[in-house]
Order: sequence, then structure tokens, then C-alpha cells
Amino acid sequence: MNPVNYLYLAALLFTIGATGVLIRRNAIVIFMCVELMLNACNLAFVTFSRMHGNLDGQIIAFFTMVVAAAEVVVGLAIIVTIFRSRHSASVDDAGLLKL
Amino acid sequence: MSGLAAASYLTSTGEAVQFWILAVVAVAGALGAVLMKKAVHSALCLAGTMIVLAVFYLANGAYFLGVVQIVVYTGAIMMLFLFVVMLVGVTAADSLKETIKGQRLLAGLCALGFGVLLTAGIANAALRDFDGLGQANAGGNVQGLAALLFTKYVFAFEITGALLITAAVGAMVLTHRERTGPAATQRELAERRVRGGKQLPPLPAPGVYARHNAVDIPGLLPDGTPSELTVNPTLRARGQIRDVSGEALAELAALEQRSEDWLERDKRRAGERTEEGAK
Repeated sequence: MNPVNYLYLAALLFTIGATGVLIRRNAIVIFMCVELMLNACNLAFVTFSRMHGNLDGQIIAFFTMVVAAAEVVVGLAIIVTIFRSRHSASVDDAGLLKL
Repeated sequence: MSGLAAASYLTSTGEAVQFWILAVVAVAGALGAVLMKKAVHSALCLAGTMIVLAVFYLANGAYFLGVVQIVVYTGAIMMLFLFVVMLVGVTAADSLKETIKGQRLLAGLCALGFGVLLTAGIANAALRDFDGLGQANAGGNVQGLAALLFTKYVFAFEITGALLITAAVGAMVLTHRERTGPAATQRELAERRVRGGKQLPPLPAPGVYARHNAVDIPGLLPDGTPSELTVNPTLRARGQIRDVSGEALAELAALEQRSEDWLERDKRRAGERTEEGAK
């Protein structure tokens, strides 16, 4: 098996995540799909790191994880705030900026 | 491990077997995360996919990232997701009705096109041989990463620290609620309760004493009817209440009947006795 297969898997996972973002309407599930896309990118970075024989790809993947952690914290706080004011986590209900 | 070779085309057979088995699990988990109706199930499916990805990192020689993936992603981020799912409401299932006509079909077509594009790009790239991390990991994976992180990427690393602090402060600001008025005192709370016309003393206990004391059996009022106040509204909404009032009334009636019979007999005996006495 060639490690390129890891790249194909990453592409597949990224596509599945993107589809989820398009079709789901629960904000939390959409967020989880974004996480899936980030993870797929990390897998591609790690595989590239192995293919090129240096650790730069792993460093980038590491930074992606840090950014994902920060993004999750703020995003979930926003979802909780919206849920408090609208009593719904559906992205359709938050169509207006005001209540 | 084939990573030790300078340049090779194929990984070991063991890794290939592991890949083909775990790739199926990863894709199934991803599909589950997208297609599951409830957010909790989605989160659990996604956690499975992330653990499989951690194994892939380990197989690719990224030992530090493999452990970080499990600790940070599966351990911290997914648990945060589960916390929010519980906070927002587990029972709130996503409505599966389409609000935009043909949205799902179009999304599927877009995804298909995007996937084909990505796959074609990877297939066209000259990615036949690979170097492997044997040389880069020679002094240890963590040591190699640290050397890069604190020399070449040190500014990015420090900016990351600023980003994390900003995110922590942002989350606190977003979830913090400012108190707009003074907190109600105990006296005001008590007055509010009295004005509200709520049940002031403790609620009556469930169960028919001497017969049942389970929480799902409403207590009986003096006239034998069940009291609504004695059982939990949740149980009533679920229809899990056992009503024994009919039983109790029937038993009461039977008891009265028996005592009536007994008194009847007693009266008859007393009558016989008085007849004997008259003789």
C-alpha cells in the first residue's frame, strides 16, 4: 500500500464533513462536521510530513489542533448564548441578528 | 517499519491491513456523524473517527500528534461538545424536513463534484515514492518537533498563545451574564410565592398507606379519588402512573359488605338470644 491512500481517505473525510455542513441544520452538528474537516486536513498534513521526510507537516497539524481548540471554545460559547436567547440550536431560527 | 528506508513505494503489509480495516471504521464514523438524527449519536460517532485518526497518526510516525489527538480531540474537544449537547438539550432532535427545496440533492451533487475534484488532484500529483520519517524521527519525534517549534516556528507558537488566551477570555465574556438588578431576598421570594398562588406547604406524599408506598401511585383523598399533587408530573406525562383508587374503593366496598354481613348475623343471633330469653 502506498501512503497516498491516506490522502484519499483524508479527501473522503473532508468531503463527508463538507456535506454535513451543507445538509445539517443543528448548529452543534454543523460544528462537529467542521471538526471532521479539520481532522481530515490534519491527516493529510501528517501524511505529507511522512512523504517528504521532515516534520514541518506535523508542526502545521499541531497548530491546526490549537486553532481548532480555540475555535471550539468560542463557537460553543456562541451556540450556548444563542440557545439561551432563542431556545433553539437550529441555524434556521437565527436568521436575523436581532431577536 | 518501512519508514526507515530512504525512499520506498510501499508500506508494510501490517500497516496496509490496519489501514483498510480502520479506514472503513473512520468513514463509517464520519457518515454516522453526518447522518445521525440526534446530536449525541453524532458526537459519539465523531469520537470514534477521531480515535481511528489517532491510530493513523501513530502509523505515520507522528507519535506526539497521535497522543495529542486522543488527549485534546477525543478527551477535551469531544467532551466539550457532549457538555454543550447536554446543556442545549439531548432530546432536541434535528428536524429532517427540508426548508429549501432540493437542498439535499444539490448538496450531494456539490459534495460528489468536490470529492471527484480532490481525488483527481491527488491522483494526478506525482506522489509515487515517499521518504519516510526514519531520519527526521531519529532523535525522537517529540525532540524533533520541539526543535522545530522553538526555532523556525517560534513566532507562530507565541501568537498561538495569544490566540488561546483570547479564546478563553472570549468564551468567558460570551457565557457570562451580568446581573441587571439586585438579587431577591428570602422575604421577597416568600412573598412572590404567596402572591403566585402556588402550593405553599410541602406537597402531599404519594402512595396509599398500609398498601402501597411507591412514587408512581397517587395518594387518595378522603373520598377515594386520586390526588394529582402527590405524583411527579414527569411520571404523569409519561403515563407511568398506577392508579389504585378503583381497587381501594372496591376493597372498601367489600369491607363494608363484610361488616354489614357480620352485623346482620350478629343481629340475627342477638334476636335468637332474646327469643330464647323470652321463652
